[in-house]
Amino acid sequence: MLVYLARRVLTMLLTLLVISALVFVIIQLPPGDYLTSYIAQLEAQGEIVARERIEFLRQQYGLDRPMIEQYAVWVFGLVQGDLGYSFEYSRPVSEVVGDRLLLSLVLNFSTVLFIYIVAFPIGVYSATHQYSWGDHGLTFLGFLGLATPNFLLALIMMYLANVWFGTSIGTLMAEEFIDQPWSVDKAMSVLAHLWIPVIVIGTSGTAGMIRRLRANLLDELQKQYVVTGRAKGLPPGRLLVRYPLRMALNPFVADIGNLLPQVVSGSVIVSAVMSLQTTGPMLLSALQSQDMYLAGSFLMFLAVLTVVGMFLSDVLLAVLDPRIRMHGKAG
Amino acid sequence: MADRLPHYVNPDPFDVQAVERLTPEQERYYLASQWKLIWWRFKRHRLALISGIVLLLSYLAIVVVEFLAPYELHTRNTGYIYAPPQMVRLVHDGQLIGPFVYGLRFELNLETLKREYVVDRTDVQRLRFFCRGDPYQFWGLVPGDLHLVCPAKDGTLFLLGTDRLGRDMASRLLYGGRISLTVGLLGITISFLIGITVGGLAGFFGGWVDNVVQRLIEIIRSVPELPLWMALSAALPITWSPILIYLGITVILGLLDWPGLARAVRSKLLALREEDFCQAARLMGARPSRIIGRHLLPNFMSHLIASATLSIPAMILGETALSFLGLGLRPPITSWGVLLTEAQNIEAVALYPWLLMPMLPVIVTVLAFNFLGDGLRDAADPYE
Repeated sequence: MLVYLARRVLTMLLTLLVISALVFVIIQLPPGDYLTSYIAQLEAQGEIVARERIEFLRQQYGLDRPMIEQYAVWVFGLVQGDLGYSFEYSRPVSEVVGDRLLLSLVLNFSTVLFIYIVAFPIGVYSATHQYSWGDHGLTFLGFLGLATPNFLLALIMMYLANVWFGTSIGTLMAEEFIDQPWSVDKAMSVLAHLWIPVIVIGTSGTAGMIRRLRANLLDELQKQYVVTGRAKGLPPGRLLVRYPLRMALNPFVADIGNLLPQVVSGSVIVSAVMSLQTTGPMLLSALQSQDMYLAGSFLMFLAVLTVVGMFLSDVLLAVLDPRIRMHGKAG
Repeated sequence: MADRLPHYVNPDPFDVQAVERLTPEQERYYLASQWKLIWWRFKRHRLALISGIVLLLSYLAIVVVEFLAPYELHTRNTGYIYAPPQMVRLVHDGQLIGPFVYGLRFELNLETLKREYVVDRTDVQRLRFFCRGDPYQFWGLVPGDLHLVCPAKDGTLFLLGTDRLGRDMASRLLYGGRISLTVGLLGITISFLIGITVGGLAGFFGGWVDNVVQRLIEIIRSVPELPLWMALSAALPITWSPILIYLGITVILGLLDWPGLARAVRSKLLALREEDFCQAARLMGARPSRIIGRHLLPNFMSHLIASATLSIPAMILGETALSFLGLGLRPPITSWGVLLTEAQNIEAVALYPWLLMPMLPVIVTVLAFNFLGDGLRDAADPYE
């Protein structure tokens, strides 16, 4: 188990390192840097920018150094919790993002939780009542949920809320709590607003999860030991819970590797559409204004979120399934 | 030794059906080629067949958009801003007079400042077919003005309403389909090429190549797609021409999608590599390229096509999402995502709900591709 854990931690760190390099390259891709556009903007406003000042700014932000050095500085900063400097806001990134990272975490975590809680009973019902009306209906709903893109669902929900209740649902907390320190009331307000984005982001994931759980459980239910158990007179409930369900649960947990990137992707665009106080909208504006450290931090944060989540699910899986511990890898 | 029976030889030609006589149907089945078997199996899948037909029709439609759309992409009807959809009717005053629409009369609600249109039941505007209408450049090259259907002279025909500049939504949807539907195809071609090459290398050579590829695939799959797409398309220079941006977006979409395909290719190759026919070819001295191309590819091409079909929707949605956020395509290129940017203003949508119409083709296309892919996947291995 320890060997497995150590190997898994190492892979995770390596993955994160590669992703950080990738993110750094991507945020460097646009021609010019923020300073160039900043200077252009100043000049357009009729200000004369002294050469010394430009050089000073360049040096201060480390833009004059070679690429690899900039990358090293950035990564070491990240490790130490220094997220860099936002050019657009002229403040350190960590100050700009505020509790957006935390809220993103809460949003994504609740969505995953929602998917599991909803998908589990429905999947089990569908499998045990195969080809019943309930199963057909749920399968159809599942297909619809799978095909409706989450940001379109967000639009529809916002439209309906506007038409029926005349209110905007595009927020994560009541207005008076925005930019306020955390308090019990604020947390309650967030909880009260959280469920709409959670449903919107979670729908397609839930639909996919139901389909997979149903397929897994159906496979399991056709196996001989189930027939034997039934022949020996085990009560149906116990027969289901005792073995097949446990076997079908395995891929359920393993699937988080597919689920997490999907949920994080979904939360970004849904947040942008509904302008939630999470990373999504700010990532969008940072990308548009080429505020590279801010965008880079967000991208990195989202990647860390998925990679660490997958790591945790792998560890959980190893605890559940001795075969994985022994072989040292999943599958 | 002497009492051994004389060796008997039947002079008749050997009848292959001597043991078991096959009915004509059976014979047809046993002699059918792989692709024929796939087709027969696919046909049984009703939903997949219907989806296939729907998609085929849509792709045919986008070839002749200019002819099908009643208006040109940029035609502004300044007198009809935010006009509601007009219904095509057949019966007027209890008389069947063929397809027509009632005219619209514009009124500004002075209390809410909402643009309201009243259907004028006396103003019958009969549709014209195969008529001269808005002039267009067919595929941007050949000038023409023939349309399948046009509004009556001085009349209007807004099947899905108009937008804030008075442009016909139905026509714009048709034009948008040309972009949105091809983005998926181009993107999948790119990801297909990368996926086959990378997966083929990993599966055929195994060893450290396989290891490196596997790690790479794991890393790419663990990154959330959309934020990366956003970052990459934000990096496209604004100075690029629309057509370059379009190509850039397809490349970006294809660039992150290949791991799934590569993985499928790899696992199939690993399994097939051990088969006897492959071994035989290798022993006879066939080069790797011949073995891959001649013996392995045909064996799992059908699987590949099925999984490619299943990943097209993700690309279409990706383009829609990017354009919707303002990071993807921009006007004057019109895709469904670009059309949906109009729906970002939720107050406008509440007043003029037909702005949400571009959602419909997106959802229908995505569903159709999903059903088609499912059917293809089930039919892909006819010898199972």
